Amino acid sequence: MPIGIAASFRFAGPRKEKKKKKLGGARMEPPPPPPPPPLGTTVTQRDQWTVEQEVGRIYSFFAQLPPAAQSFALEVQRDNHIEYLTRGLRGLAPSFGSLDASRPWICYWIIHSLALLGEPIDAELEESIIDFLSRCQDPSGGYGGGPGQLPHLATTYAAVNSLITLGGSRSLSSINRDKVHNFLRQMKQPSGGFRMHDGGEIDVRACYTAISVASTLNILDDELAEKVGDFILSCQTYEGGIAGEPGSEAHGGYTFCGLATMILINEVDRLDLSRLIDWVVFRQGVECGFQGRVNKLVDGCYSFWQGGACALLQKLHPFGLSEGGEDESTDSIDSSLYAASNVSEQEEQENNLESASPQVDGTCQFKQGGPQSASCSENTGNASYNFHERCAEGGSLFNSSALQQYILLCSQLPEGGFRDKPGKFRDFYHTCYCLSGLTVCQYSRSKHADSPPLPWDVVGPYSNLLEPIHPLHNVVLSKYQEANEFFAG
Amino acid sequence: MASSSSSEGEGRRAWVPLASRPEFAGVTPLPQDDGPSPVVAIAYRDDFRETMDYFRSLYSSRELSPRSLLLTSLAISVNPANYTVWHFRRQVLEALGADWTEELEFTEGVAKRNAKNYQLWHHRRWVAEKLGPDAASRELEFTRKIFCLDAKNYHAWSHRQWVLQALGGWEDELDYCAQLLEEDVFNNSAWNQRYFVITKSPSLGGLNAMRDSEVDYAIEAIHANPENESPWRYLRGLYNDENEAWLNDSRVHSACLRVLKAKRNFKFALSTLLDLLGLGFKPNQEIKDAITSLRTSDLGEAGSDSDLANSICSILGLEDPMRANYWTWRKQQASSSS
Repeated sequence: MPIGIAASFRFAGPRKEKKKKKLGGARMEPPPPPPPPPLGTTVTQRDQWTVEQEVGRIYSFFAQLPPAAQSFALEVQRDNHIEYLTRGLRGLAPSFGSLDASRPWICYWIIHSLALLGEPIDAELEESIIDFLSRCQDPSGGYGGGPGQLPHLATTYAAVNSLITLGGSRSLSSINRDKVHNFLRQMKQPSGGFRMHDGGEIDVRACYTAISVASTLNILDDELAEKVGDFILSCQTYEGGIAGEPGSEAHGGYTFCGLATMILINEVDRLDLSRLIDWVVFRQGVECGFQGRVNKLVDGCYSFWQGGACALLQKLHPFGLSEGGEDESTDSIDSSLYAASNVSEQEEQENNLESASPQVDGTCQFKQGGPQSASCSENTGNASYNFHERCAEGGSLFNSSALQQYILLCSQLPEGGFRDKPGKFRDFYHTCYCLSGLTVCQYSRSKHADSPPLPWDVVGPYSNLLEPIHPLHNVVLSKYQEANEFFAG
Repeated sequence: MASSSSSEGEGRRAWVPLASRPEFAGVTPLPQDDGPSPVVAIAYRDDFRETMDYFRSLYSSRELSPRSLLLTSLAISVNPANYTVWHFRRQVLEALGADWTEELEFTEGVAKRNAKNYQLWHHRRWVAEKLGPDAASRELEFTRKIFCLDAKNYHAWSHRQWVLQALGGWEDELDYCAQLLEEDVFNNSAWNQRYFVITKSPSLGGLNAMRDSEVDYAIEAIHANPENESPWRYLRGLYNDENEAWLNDSRVHSACLRVLKAKRNFKFALSTLLDLLGLGFKPNQEIKDAITSLRTSDLGEAGSDSDLANSICSILGLEDPMRANYWTWRKQQASSSS
């Protein structure tokens, strides 16, 4: 007997499909207890079945709500998220001792989430953050998990991204770029990969954190990029996805890291992209969210790792779906993005916006010629700056509205914060990556990098709209641009 | 916000403050330099704070002594994710000349509570390397125990692969994979490990030698559970870059046909045929008919799709609606290349 009740899941359909019929009154009785799992099943099947039951209950309950209640259920609970996040920024319970070596990460998860929600951080708090992160900075370069800790690539990535998200010259100038460069060079391995810290592990995460930081700080040179592509290529598995180390299982987190890195060093065509695409699109399951690996359970954080990977992939391959399909471009990748969109079409789209939420900038930022960053080497160029400008043409590779449904109904907690899946507790990591996944969804069909999505691209009220991100670095786009200019000199 | 009790949930002995312990006499605890207005400030438990203050002191003075070793044990027990502590512990172990087997036992204790901790596994790898090939069977046994609790622990699988390649012990690995798949044929980690073994094991002859029997193995798993994605990807992987061989292995398209005829759980069968068509596969009439018979009434007559690939994409668009956009894109790809 097959496990899986795909047929009974109704995910938010494509454009403009309104939901369920209006009922006389909401049925509020508790749902009947679920039947036990069928006999003769494996651990994987039972675990999957349990999650499907739980998620199915949520969707069924939602489906029979009256429209007003449905609208509320789909709302991003902005105020409660902001409160949850801000409280965390100020202080954390003793149980956070297990994250005592990851405090820049906690900063990033919170600061990035607030930025996505369009919530500014007050000046005093900003000062404190800059000061704290400075104390995490090692005199010889890089940032550790806390004051006095060994510098580590992941916490360096988190600290740099946090400071970029704060923005402003005080924040950006607090980063000792030369020292960071030193640290990255020290972590570089002959194999092409990077160690996470002195004597630490070597994997695809390390490559991504190193290269992403190098790129945003404009210190990405041939020495750092050398053979990184070889290492990552050796981590693409027979399944099509990318693993942490050669031979390991294809995994969403490492797939994002590997793919983003390859794009940053201009070697993405070395990957078997069609196999990669095929693997990643199949990671979105009946629950509407993404799983990290084949036959594993859905988890809200993969909304970003896998959803974000899809967003990157669709910028590489023209998906040309909304205009009834275009020929696969034989032009070089660069040319596809500067194709000017029809200006009158843009105006029409702007007029269709229901309600302008504060963070929506109606103008589409056309690139004015290429950025010339004199300190970048010829070979590596500035793939990052060019890349975010690419247009995903037409439809999205993954099911954007379904994923939004999972994030909002299954991961979001009305009292603030996001979680892995129903039954798990909220945390700042999941809050960050669920929100990051949400913005990826919202902008997945935008014709240009930061042009406002159409109303039907945003599940729930249009006020759900978040800030757009730079998809390679996962920082808010406007902040990335500010930092890019700051470090260009 | 204080609690000096360390017994909450950890099962350790009653906490004796380090300041009272003779072995740490003369050590001046070094408080964390969080600054005047810290952010993401953790309200450390007293034992946590004291342990880390003492650690900071010995770490900053680079004292490589037995009491430093003890302190790293304490620090690891309050926060096993503190990589600086593990790093310092390695320095201490090297300076003191460690008993590596004892060290493995130490990590086992940590693993019981934190099987998904990066630092633990990295440290274990470092220790095992010191011990060399003699450590292989113990490491394999250790990961086996972890898999009994969680058969998909990513760190444990990476570790196991490293052990096999660096220390050996391949002999029973294929059997172990078979056993795991016997218990749970949906365990993708076990399928991945199987692929690793057949391609890398020095005693098996490599992918070319193993391919034939592995194709049969994968197809058997497919027919038992056609909805199981793992064997489908495994089967594809067996032919990684050998497109010709993949096209010409009749077992592959026969397997697809058999699944199609059953008319349930056929999305991977269709997807595989789509991939084959893209590489120039020429299907027989039986396959064409099987595909056509899957067309539902809303797709109209078969003639409305110009060819079989188009037809497959149309069917999948309805059968696998989550990936509707992807199938539309595949359809465009198929028509632009024909």
